[in-house]
Amino acid sequence: MSGTQETFYDVMRRQGISRRGFLKFCALTSASLGLGASFAPRIAEALETKPRIPVIWLHGLECTCCTESFIRSAHPLVKDVVLSMISLDYDDTIMAAAGHQAEAILEEVRTTHKGRYVLAVEGNPPLKDGGIYCMPGGRPFVDTLKDMAADAQAVIAWGSCASWGCVQAARPNPTQATPVDKVVTGTPVLKVPGCPPIAEVMTGVLTYMLTFDRLPEVDRQGRPKMFYSQRIHDKCYRRPHFDAGQFVEKFDDENARKGYCLYKMGCKGPTTYNACSTVGWNTGTSFPIQSGHGCLGCSEHDFWDKGPFYQRLTSLEPVAAESTADSVGGTLAAVAGGAVAAHGAISIAKRGLEKRRAGTGSRGGESGDAE
Amino acid sequence: MQTPNGFNLDNSGRRVVVDPVTRIEGHLRLEVNVDEGNVIRNAVSTGTMWRGLELILKGRDPRDAWAFTQRICGVCTGTHALTSVRAVEDALAIDIPENANLIRNIMQLTLYVQDHLVHFYHLHALDWVDVVSALEADPKATSALAQSISNWPLSSPGYFRDLKTRLKAFVDSGQLGPFRNGYWGHPAYRLPPEANLMAVAHYLEALDFQKEIVKIHAIFGGKNPHPNWLVGGVPCAINLSGTGAVGAVNMERLNLVAGIIDQSIAFIEQVYLPDLTAIASFYKDWTHGGGLSGQNLLSYGDMPDRANDYSADSLMLPRGAIIGGDLSTVHEVDLKDPEQIQEFVSHSWYSYPDEAKGLHPFDGVTEPAFKLGPATQGDERHIKQLDEAAKYSWLKAPRWRGHAMEVGPLARYVIGYAQGDPEFKEPVTKLLRDLELPVAALFTTLGRTAARGLECQWAAHKLKYSFDKLMANLKAGDLNTANTDKWEPATWPTTSRGAGFTEAPRGALGHWVEIAQGKIANYQCVVPTTWNGSPRDPEGNIGAFEAALLDTPLADPEQPLEILRTIHSFDPCLACSTHVMTPDGQEKATVTVR
Repeated sequence: MSGTQETFYDVMRRQGISRRGFLKFCALTSASLGLGASFAPRIAEALETKPRIPVIWLHGLECTCCTESFIRSAHPLVKDVVLSMISLDYDDTIMAAAGHQAEAILEEVRTTHKGRYVLAVEGNPPLKDGGIYCMPGGRPFVDTLKDMAADAQAVIAWGSCASWGCVQAARPNPTQATPVDKVVTGTPVLKVPGCPPIAEVMTGVLTYMLTFDRLPEVDRQGRPKMFYSQRIHDKCYRRPHFDAGQFVEKFDDENARKGYCLYKMGCKGPTTYNACSTVGWNTGTSFPIQSGHGCLGCSEHDFWDKGPFYQRLTSLEPVAAESTADSVGGTLAAVAGGAVAAHGAISIAKRGLEKRRAGTGSRGGESGDAE
Repeated sequence: MQTPNGFNLDNSGRRVVVDPVTRIEGHLRLEVNVDEGNVIRNAVSTGTMWRGLELILKGRDPRDAWAFTQRICGVCTGTHALTSVRAVEDALAIDIPENANLIRNIMQLTLYVQDHLVHFYHLHALDWVDVVSALEADPKATSALAQSISNWPLSSPGYFRDLKTRLKAFVDSGQLGPFRNGYWGHPAYRLPPEANLMAVAHYLEALDFQKEIVKIHAIFGGKNPHPNWLVGGVPCAINLSGTGAVGAVNMERLNLVAGIIDQSIAFIEQVYLPDLTAIASFYKDWTHGGGLSGQNLLSYGDMPDRANDYSADSLMLPRGAIIGGDLSTVHEVDLKDPEQIQEFVSHSWYSYPDEAKGLHPFDGVTEPAFKLGPATQGDERHIKQLDEAAKYSWLKAPRWRGHAMEVGPLARYVIGYAQGDPEFKEPVTKLLRDLELPVAALFTTLGRTAARGLECQWAAHKLKYSFDKLMANLKAGDLNTANTDKWEPATWPTTSRGAGFTEAPRGALGHWVEIAQGKIANYQCVVPTTWNGSPRDPEGNIGAFEAALLDTPLADPEQPLEILRTIHSFDPCLACSTHVMTPDGQEKATVTVR
């Protein structure tokens, strides 16, 4: 296993990637992390001097949407991540080995790379009845998870299952599905929520860790600030319609066809911290609001239990955004011009209040002050 | 011991356990007994996870059910959501606009194209392709091979030389990543090094390309995995030339869809199908893995050509059941007939009041009842060997009129073939002719894999067909995408129930919903891998996975490549199949209606 001492750059070079291609990769990485061109040389230097990190990717109770999202990554391409960037030694979904040959890898990596490997977790452990509701390899998943987490340098909780519990933990949570950070102690857990998370957010987090040899800065809930510090609403391209009181009233109505705000259709963008409205989905092709459906809030804690998806948010108090929005819509119907300015002002005032309230940490809003 | 469905089981020989079965969705365990000649004589298929999603659905808004059920599976993403909105629309008698039907078909066909492609290259290929052997390939000969089977432009000697260099460096690093501990050099691998190198190239190209296909989901549904759906239609609005068209599906968006469809057809016809044929030609005499496929096959059909017409006549994928291998009769299938689809739990970790009987999904009851049988080796902290005489899986055992059935692309193709539909019969006939194989060759592991490839091509062309139809409808002035007449619960009957179906890429998928006072009172799913991976039923009939493994010789039981090969040909999805839970009446009464 002398190869583990090789640097990322060595490997890329030996795999036929030119120095120029390597530097281009560094520049793209820098850009995708929002660091600007001046950071590219630092990334290059880091990659030239650091060895590849072994990654163990475990699956608990889940639906594999996180893996499916991960393989959609365009920058970097997932094939480059897997062949050149990390050593993905275990991932049930794509690995060649099975059965005891697969299980042997867990123990090998645990001992050979003690304290060095990264444990990526998709899904979560059910704790009810001793964990018998998820038994890969004939063992309760919670046991394997704890064992592998104990010797990892860090745990990445991929997606809302690992971060919060997600769908199987929705009321009444029949299997007592439990987020990873509730069972892992002594190893830092980084939460990358979403159902699933955006592909380039996933590879962006990994790239950051590899490049800077540290975990990204996180908010109080353990989410990387670089992707989860602002609400979808804050950066939504339909925000001007919200501010102007222009709303979709019914699916496929005239306003839907004009791309108005989906707040009244139950959009959870105003309370959801994620990068959908900036990074976009599927290489930036779209994101839910752009396609005409409100945000489900899938990166938020317990989003399944926060009321029906098509019920408009009523929790934007203390500014009572619902009445704001409704009255704006009503006003607009009557007086077109002046109301737009008035409502812009209301919206700005509301933002100010939310900003202040964010300091209290209610609704998980502690990182919402990034504006 | 002979099972009622005609398979001989003998569990006296050496037990071989494969757990986890990798390169699938979810968690599956397989145990087989082999005789002195290392031939499989008994097979045990066990789902090792359970999530209880149907209980979670109770008391929720039925318009939200698609989002919950979509999270049953992120690999066949969308197909549960589509099944769910159909079930709710059936219950509430909601018709959808023509455009919504076309866009839903486009969404579902997009899934077929991407999912089948990913299955072949990333979940299944390594059962046939030896990655390490590719290092011995001559790039020039690889180029000649590639150019002899396809016009695909990425085929020069230099292209394959570069790839070989990269692959060699990767292997030499000693860090094989996902290829670590694979069965490289196994005698059941038969491809020459050049075919292996070509397949590795296409493994990587397909990985790059699959992410393009699903941009269609992002356009109409906002994201993939897990795009958005809508009861009554689709959530995207269409605006071709009016004010604000950039905020809706417009000409630019439609052009993007059209381009991806063309690229998909090219990739499948110039890469996937030539690879499939080339690889199959080296494995023609590996005729194992047929199992139930020569007997009992089931398909619900899918992709209505006419909006709101779910009759067999309107469905572009065939519907029906074949029993006992009799291709002259295709039986009619009705999801609502209580005599047809029933689930049994005698060998599943659930309890029924009377476990000798099966229950139709509308009447289903389930209580989890995990208990290991007396002959189990190990315990709940570490199961070493299961006792299949007792309960041994989180999958129930669904049966159609009492028969264990195989579902999936092969079932659909055989049913279409039996019905004489040229869309299915002609490509099958051509493939068999090209490979100089008899019709019987269909009923094998390779037949399953081949049917999936043909279906991927079919789906790509149907994508184009559906897109053209959408454009024609738009040209005629119809822009509607949603029917919101019955959006408000006040417009719904006090109680209602409905069934929705699709053909998921892996096979027949049904959802059954009961709605009372505007909330979900009961929800049931019977999914493809529950059919294929089912444990035994009270009569002792074995399911499709177990049947398919029987009589297969293993070259080396320590490296059971042949087991993976056959099981992967079903494209198992265990998170789908093992979530089932219907609360009994008592639980129903205690659930808070939200």
